[in-house]
Amino acid sequence: MDRREFNKMLALGLAAGLAVPTLNRRSWAQGDAYDVPRFGNVHLLHMTDAHAQLQPIYYREPQVNIGVHAAKNRAPHLVGDALLEAYGLSAGTRDAHAFTYLDYVAAAERFGKVGGFAHLSTLVQRVRANRPGALLLDGGDLWQGSATSLWTKGQDMVDASKLLGIDVMTGHWEFTLGSDRVQDIIENDLDGHIDFVAHNVKDFDFGDPVFASHTLKEMNGVPVAIIGQAFPYTPIANPSHFVSGWTFGIQERELQEKIDEVRAAGAQVVVLLSHNGADTDIKLASRVTGLDAIMGGHTHDAIPTAVQVKNPGGMTLVTNAGSNGKFLGVLDFDVRNGKVKDWSYRLLPVFSELLPADPEMTALIEKIRAPYERQLSEVLATTDGLLYRRGNFNGSFDQLICDALIDELEADVSLSPGFRWGPSLLPGDNITFEDLMSQVAITYPSVTLTEMKGDFLKVVLEDVADNLFNADPYYQQGGDMVRVGGLDYSIAPLAASGQRIGDMRLNNTAIDPNKTYKVAGWASMQQVDGEPIWDVVARWLRSKKHIDAVDVKQPVVKGLEGNQGFVI
Amino acid sequence: MAGRIRIRAQVKGDSTEVKALMRHPMETGQRKDAAGNPIPAHFIEEVMVTHNGNTVMHGYWGAAVSANPFLGVRFEGGAAGDEIVVTWRDNKGETGEGKTKIK
Amino acid sequence: MSYSLEQSGIARRSFLRVGAVLAATALIPAKLWAAIARPEGAFKATALDATFAELGGTPEPHDGIIFTTPDIAENGAVVPVEVSIDESKLPGVTKLYVMVEKNPNPMTAMFMIPAGTKPFVETRVKVAQTCNLYAVAEANGKLYMASKETKVTLGGCGG
Repeated sequence: MDRREFNKMLALGLAAGLAVPTLNRRSWAQGDAYDVPRFGNVHLLHMTDAHAQLQPIYYREPQVNIGVHAAKNRAPHLVGDALLEAYGLSAGTRDAHAFTYLDYVAAAERFGKVGGFAHLSTLVQRVRANRPGALLLDGGDLWQGSATSLWTKGQDMVDASKLLGIDVMTGHWEFTLGSDRVQDIIENDLDGHIDFVAHNVKDFDFGDPVFASHTLKEMNGVPVAIIGQAFPYTPIANPSHFVSGWTFGIQERELQEKIDEVRAAGAQVVVLLSHNGADTDIKLASRVTGLDAIMGGHTHDAIPTAVQVKNPGGMTLVTNAGSNGKFLGVLDFDVRNGKVKDWSYRLLPVFSELLPADPEMTALIEKIRAPYERQLSEVLATTDGLLYRRGNFNGSFDQLICDALIDELEADVSLSPGFRWGPSLLPGDNITFEDLMSQVAITYPSVTLTEMKGDFLKVVLEDVADNLFNADPYYQQGGDMVRVGGLDYSIAPLAASGQRIGDMRLNNTAIDPNKTYKVAGWASMQQVDGEPIWDVVARWLRSKKHIDAVDVKQPVVKGLEGNQGFVI
Repeated sequence: MAGRIRIRAQVKGDSTEVKALMRHPMETGQRKDAAGNPIPAHFIEEVMVTHNGNTVMHGYWGAAVSANPFLGVRFEGGAAGDEIVVTWRDNKGETGEGKTKIK
Repeated sequence: MSYSLEQSGIARRSFLRVGAVLAATALIPAKLWAAIARPEGAFKATALDATFAELGGTPEPHDGIIFTTPDIAENGAVVPVEVSIDESKLPGVTKLYVMVEKNPNPMTAMFMIPAGTKPFVETRVKVAQTCNLYAVAEANGKLYMASKETKVTLGGCGG
């Protein structure tokens, strides 16, 4: 990076001790980009939020990923051209395609699918080949997100992740399989293969730890500790009955005690494998001392470089490795005489066609899918437009689900959760049952039809908006804004809690606070009976056969002039 | 069963940590039952922890302490085998007690 | 109720004695604990200011009070709170209070700390809606406080 670029970074507020771009220019010709020379003597490979996507997919990065207050115009809250500029990437390149939504359909057609465990496996083997002792870390959201993972209760992903060679993992959506199933997998499948670590999950009664807090391994003579941080708001963001009797939380003080403990036990490199989300990790890194890195996930942010965060003990790197098997992070430390002297980080996009499929993984995936192939491959409809999900307010796949809910349940308004998982489909693609399941495969799928007063609808939108835009990341719980069908509204992300939402209208008529509306939804926090969302949407798709380009409703966004996380 | 208390008492360094879980509805008096009738207030007003007969914590509670209340206290000294007693009295005059030995 | 007086040792004796002597305000034997009456006015106050007034005035913020509550409650009906005191900054604490600003009655719990007991307490409280929680400490006849916001949310939509 030359001085002019550096000044530009400063102007963007990206440097200033936080983000120093070190993205290596690389050549994609002949797959050279995957020749990553060994650096140092401690090697951590990191994947996160794979959401059970065993097969190559498309995944469109967001066009709306707003950072508020301290997070404004700072990684990960840069989209499109602002992201390219910040990291010195050229438009139209493979990297530009990997990290942004720009010219998405044409670029996806040109560069092909991403991820897929057979391709990821080849990359892991390649990176490991010149990194003796390297550990492969998974940040969670590994066992959920597909039809086969739901139908096998996560077994497909457990088997695939063992073959992939994951060494350490933590969790979030894993817990929606229920605490018994999670314990069963840890005891019977992971034992001796994968360390499941989470320092911040405790038995509620007397605070006893539920899982191992960390793992301490020697790598090339260097003791390395990996501490696990499960998603702190699991019982809030997902139904608490799946984890009844357990309590979560960020547990910053307990984390500091754990870091001090593993340092005292001789660890020379200490890394937090986190499912906090990027903004929370950046705040945590500024307050906790003794961590060399936080390798994070949850918010699905593909941050091209490591963010350097200063704290009273020195500096902690914060990385976030995207989602859906699309990226592999490679963090190398050079440790000498017990101290980290230098480091190197790269976030490698996994372009399926540049990485030959690993035959053993291919065989396993075929075996996993075989019993379900007929259900998975059923074509429900075709789509004229791009179907994607990710974005703070809405995505075309979410719009489709909202439209289906309104039609099928004869509702005035529909609400659909702001999940960030779910791959994209290109114009002209078939929508198979498998594609639908990759948007909705959860263990609490019942649809509901509720009578809700206008003022309570506002309460719901305000509540979710605060979870996304609270000025303090510790009060955010991740995910995106609830998707709404039928309803128009405006949102002022910088306004105070309870005052962000306005102009709520249904068919051009203002929502009456005292009137009762029929609201369709799914993924209820309570245990409810109802038809599974996939049956509802599948029925709607089969009847339509053909989906025109979806008109994606976006709210009117107020007060965000100059925000580079936002292009509508 | 009202009155039951689960207690854990452990020596940690130079002090003893006591954690107690009491079984009690802690009704605020502001809720209504399914028929719409108010549920009367019923909550622990007073709680005490003793170590070998000496008071180590004495508390007064309102109805906003959670149902099945939890109390954690720490005191200096204490040795394995010493007796810890936790007692409570609620606004209806009912009482509860639990005992354990320090581990 | 199923509690039996016969099962009770200290408690039974103390109830009998206290009932006779202290008009049912305490279950503690007088010789073990100099009786401090339950501050009914504070427990009945319906606003934070009034609660403070009942206790003798608005406490002074103090960084020796370490008050831990969740940023976001997992369940508003069961919110863990912990108060501990950095005794190097704030010595001589004899009472601790926990208050929830927007509850119908903010005053939630009061704890009296005898010599030899750490100025530390953990309990769980109901928080009706997003608001500040307060930990108040009394030392040498003066009141000090720390506060922390806990958010109560409908939940859902995460991830």
